[in-house]
Amino acid sequence: MKINEIQDEIVNEFAMFDDWSDKYEYIIDIGKKLPPLPAEYKTEENKIKGCQSQVWLHSQLTNDGKVFFEGDSDAIIVRGLAGLLIRILSGQKPEEVAKADLYFIDKVGMSGHLAQTRSNGLASMVKQMKLDSLAYQAKLGQKI
Amino acid sequence: MELVTAYNVTDIRKDFPILNQTVHGKPLVYFDNAATTQKPLPVIQALTEYYQGYNANIHRGIHTLAEKATAEYEGTREAARQFINAAQREEIIFTRGTTEGINLVAASFGRAFIKAGDEIIISTMEHHSNIVPWQMLCEETGAKLSVIPITDEGDIILEEYEKLLSEKTKMVALVYVSNSLGTINPVKQVIDLAHGYGARVLVDGAQATAHLDIDVQALDCDFYVFSSHKMYGPTGVGVLYGKKALLEAMPPYQGGGEMIKDVSFERTTYNELPYKFEAGTPNIADTVAFKAALQYVNNIGKAAIGEYEQELLAYGTEALSGIPGLRIIGQAREKISVISFRVEGIHHQDIGIILDTQGIAVRTGHHCTQPLMQRFGIPGTSRASFAMYNTKEEIDRLVQGLHKVRKMFA
Repeated sequence: MKINEIQDEIVNEFAMFDDWSDKYEYIIDIGKKLPPLPAEYKTEENKIKGCQSQVWLHSQLTNDGKVFFEGDSDAIIVRGLAGLLIRILSGQKPEEVAKADLYFIDKVGMSGHLAQTRSNGLASMVKQMKLDSLAYQAKLGQKI
Repeated sequence: MELVTAYNVTDIRKDFPILNQTVHGKPLVYFDNAATTQKPLPVIQALTEYYQGYNANIHRGIHTLAEKATAEYEGTREAARQFINAAQREEIIFTRGTTEGINLVAASFGRAFIKAGDEIIISTMEHHSNIVPWQMLCEETGAKLSVIPITDEGDIILEEYEKLLSEKTKMVALVYVSNSLGTINPVKQVIDLAHGYGARVLVDGAQATAHLDIDVQALDCDFYVFSSHKMYGPTGVGVLYGKKALLEAMPPYQGGGEMIKDVSFERTTYNELPYKFEAGTPNIADTVAFKAALQYVNNIGKAAIGEYEQELLAYGTEALSGIPGLRIIGQAREKISVISFRVEGIHHQDIGIILDTQGIAVRTGHHCTQPLMQRFGIPGTSRASFAMYNTKEEIDRLVQGLHKVRKMFA
């Protein structure tokens, strides 16, 4: 699936919920189900700075030129947000990730709710995913 | 017999228009008062009146608006002097806030009186703003920083403090009330002990001044710093109190207008106190409005406020203790109305986000006291801090909110 198709899917899922309590229940559920990041990837290097909770992000480029993400946090809501981002961006081509317009954040109403504080780490995670993808693009010899 | 009390929280709340709103569809419960308090109408009105009626630069103007602005600005200095019972108005220096006050002392007093081999003592529960300026001074001068340990309950250990004191001690910088734990420190004892060794004492009064009766002469502290915005006044204004003889002996902190007497390219002479330490055009509007905050607190009365907040603290402590898995961090002998807590298995950030959906504002994180968090072996806490306008019903809302949090993360 393409990035925007997955985003639209998520926007539709969130549209089913009336209030933020329910939306958070959903995010928490995703957070609980996100597989934990193997300890070897929970390094200082993979840690995302500027978050109130500890957030780790690990990425790798596969032979067929796709970037895969794994993430973790000691806070469940941030894990849930990481889960959403991974669902959208993991397995895509680096150039698609780098130029992705993540409109789902606005559309599900998250921008007004929690994305404005850097403490939740959402913006930091997006930035890191894009930076990693840019690095992979360079590695693949693609024009950035 | 029913006690008749003059303290009417319903009336007080009417003076704080910001409280009357809903957040995510729920009535706002504002429990982040240790970060900043809300402002009563007289403060908001004083700001508006200043800009609508007499905005002018102060001290050198000879026109009517400048004189009025100067009189009001200096009126706040007098009100602040009375509020902490300083002996003279020259001892009241306006700053941007507590942080700037500490930096001013560390830089100016430090430059004049601290040298290699000297020692500076702070405590484990200091805010970063009462750690970093002293570390910077130590790096510059080669002085040594020592730290008073605390108990598991969150009290400083006086015997350990006494062991740290020596003839080498030049400065003791201590927080009066801990922003993370609520602990009220025995500052008078700390000051007397320090003076026995000829050391000076700076008291960080950021969290104390809105809650406790402050008398800098009775405390006999050498410096006392606090912020307007944590005691119902505007942001961007603070006070540094210093004993006059000390302030006189200290070099200026920043150079510029206002702080000079005469300037030539060969030589500049400095203005007298307090202006020597007030370089540049100050924050006139907020300083003027700060007086309204001081008067507001005086009108209700520190004693009445203190008594009411203790009632909230006792009620809140008992109510929160009943929540399974909740552990209160900071159970000192004497506390102000701050409750820091952790809930087993739930990250403080998750707690804060879900409470916010209930319209409840608490602070989560390390509260700018990372060494203190390390002392307790925790990354952070959730903190509810109560002010004069909070109610027991609001604490009930917090309890309900936390039950919901527990359910969601179970």
